[in-house]
Amino acid sequence: MSQKVLDALKAVHGGAIELLETQHGDAIAWIKRDQLVAVATWLKTSPEMAFDAPVFATCIDRLDWKPIDVPPGVPVYPNSAAWTDAGGKPRFEVVWQLRSSLHHHRLRLKAACPEHDPRVPSLASLWPAFNWQERETFDMYGIQFENHPDLRRIYLYEEFVGYPLRKDYPKEKRQPLVRRDDLPMNPIKAPGEGHH
Amino acid sequence: MAAPTTPPTAPSPGDANPRSLRQLVLGRKDVQDLSDAEQDLPPDLMTVNMGPSHPAMHGTVRIILTVDGERIVASDVQPGYLHRCFEKESEHATYTQVFPYTDRLNYVSPMINNCGWAMVAEKLLGLTGHLPKRAEYIRVIVSEISRITDHLTCVGASAMELGAFTAFLYFLKAREWLYELLEKVSGARLTHSYVRIGGVGKDLPDGFHDDLTLCLHQTEKIMVEVENMLNNNKIFRDRMAGIGAITKQAAIESGCVGPIARAAGVDYDVRKDYPYSIYPELEFDVPVGTTGDCYDRYLVRIEELKQSIRMLRQCLKQIPDGPVMIADPRVALPPKQDTYNTIESMIRHFKHIMDGVKVPAGEAYAFVEGGNGELGFYVVADGTGRPYKAYVRSPSFVHLSTASQLIHGHLIADVVPIFGMINMIGGECDK
Repeated sequence: MSQKVLDALKAVHGGAIELLETQHGDAIAWIKRDQLVAVATWLKTSPEMAFDAPVFATCIDRLDWKPIDVPPGVPVYPNSAAWTDAGGKPRFEVVWQLRSSLHHHRLRLKAACPEHDPRVPSLASLWPAFNWQERETFDMYGIQFENHPDLRRIYLYEEFVGYPLRKDYPKEKRQPLVRRDDLPMNPIKAPGEGHH
Repeated sequence: MAAPTTPPTAPSPGDANPRSLRQLVLGRKDVQDLSDAEQDLPPDLMTVNMGPSHPAMHGTVRIILTVDGERIVASDVQPGYLHRCFEKESEHATYTQVFPYTDRLNYVSPMINNCGWAMVAEKLLGLTGHLPKRAEYIRVIVSEISRITDHLTCVGASAMELGAFTAFLYFLKAREWLYELLEKVSGARLTHSYVRIGGVGKDLPDGFHDDLTLCLHQTEKIMVEVENMLNNNKIFRDRMAGIGAITKQAAIESGCVGPIARAAGVDYDVRKDYPYSIYPELEFDVPVGTTGDCYDRYLVRIEELKQSIRMLRQCLKQIPDGPVMIADPRVALPPKQDTYNTIESMIRHFKHIMDGVKVPAGEAYAFVEGGNGELGFYVVADGTGRPYKAYVRSPSFVHLSTASQLIHGHLIADVVPIFGMINMIGGECDK
């Protein structure tokens, strides 16, 4: 069933596709950033696709991606050790999962964006559920969703510095809103106390 | 003869802020500064802060309401007060170590979360459909018991918030029987960590069939009593019917699943539409509502309770004997007898615990029907024993994002039943 969706996508929007793959039965389509909205609109409105129900949106940070023992035939993201600056370091991949309540098929849309330019178009205007999910992705990964109606932090507070689910954010780092001497790596220092 | 107008009393020297009480009552302005018409009803919109810690709020969520009198004209719902970094912690834990974290997502039905996490690992390992039959049956049994406890809590707590304290006590009594049963199965009342990749932790205890049969019988009796109390209760119906309604189309596009979507007429249940485990072998119906309001959500949940009981009875009849863990050395621990007596098994046991279950590189999304609807886990594996990325698709979070739309135009008092029927579980919503 998933192959049918990928075939139709290739026939209609072949130019917008970077890669089509199937992993464990899940259909995945990599779409170029600048054509994502057009493809998504077609996926939602065309009767044979009818992806009316959003499932989730998130992001993957490939900063220290070093897969081992890759099974034959599984397409994997290039090892992060092989990245070059020329390629813009394709660090982030933003993921949207869609479902059709009519045809029961599912599709995972992906858009890659480089480290220095983490921007992707927002799909919140097409599927309202992505409003909060994209806010969450922005909160956790710092992805800038263009034309998002209300791009604010959602779980964390406004004063929070950095994006905690990025791979270069230390797990032990704490950012309390009030001074706490019992925590490691406490960013709030007493007056006159230097950084150490 | 007009009464002589008395000048406003001068503030007494000891009273530092004589206007404060009036200002508190009327908002920013003092009553004497308003015109005659305004004195009756100040036309300004008022901002009211609700939560995050308030007896009427389910879980810890804050809403900033803008109200016109009692009517809500705008709202900003702010989750995050229970954020415990589930995803960041999972990236640093082995696949087995994530099970206790999933217990703390939807802490009213932890068994279903356990099953969802096990299923995503099994999907990546290629074990889906190869589990021993008995393990699948046990998973469905504990999941359906968990669904009953979830719905009992949701309906009971909502009824209590509308004044029906008896219904709450009755339902919690039934819930406690089921928790005790799950405690016999797993050893823990609430955070079970019972399911394993490739099966379940241990077999059902002796006498489980009789205990469950008795529990179901007693729960059914209690449900009859509570239904008699609530279904046609005028106060309950007035507070629930026509409140917080959502259309079918809006429910689909907002990502609503589970009882909320089904109350709005969306015929979607993961157990029927994307059958997993042994659900195809069970006979059950999916209740679907028509109006999408709080009362239909209540009715759908009550009917799902009955369907879960029906499924459990079938499971008890059909459950086969056999192992409860797959005999695959990649995921199963060696038997304790071997671990203590052979060096190979001891090393395998050590590697299994320290390095975790080696899951091949790739990515997968697996989902189950949780108490609140489609509960999914999306995992990117890099071939090691720890997930490279773990994401939980929590239905509570998606449902809470519609809350602002649902409470719009209603009274402040209506926020209580609407939030009760959204059944936002803080642990699941805030991750």
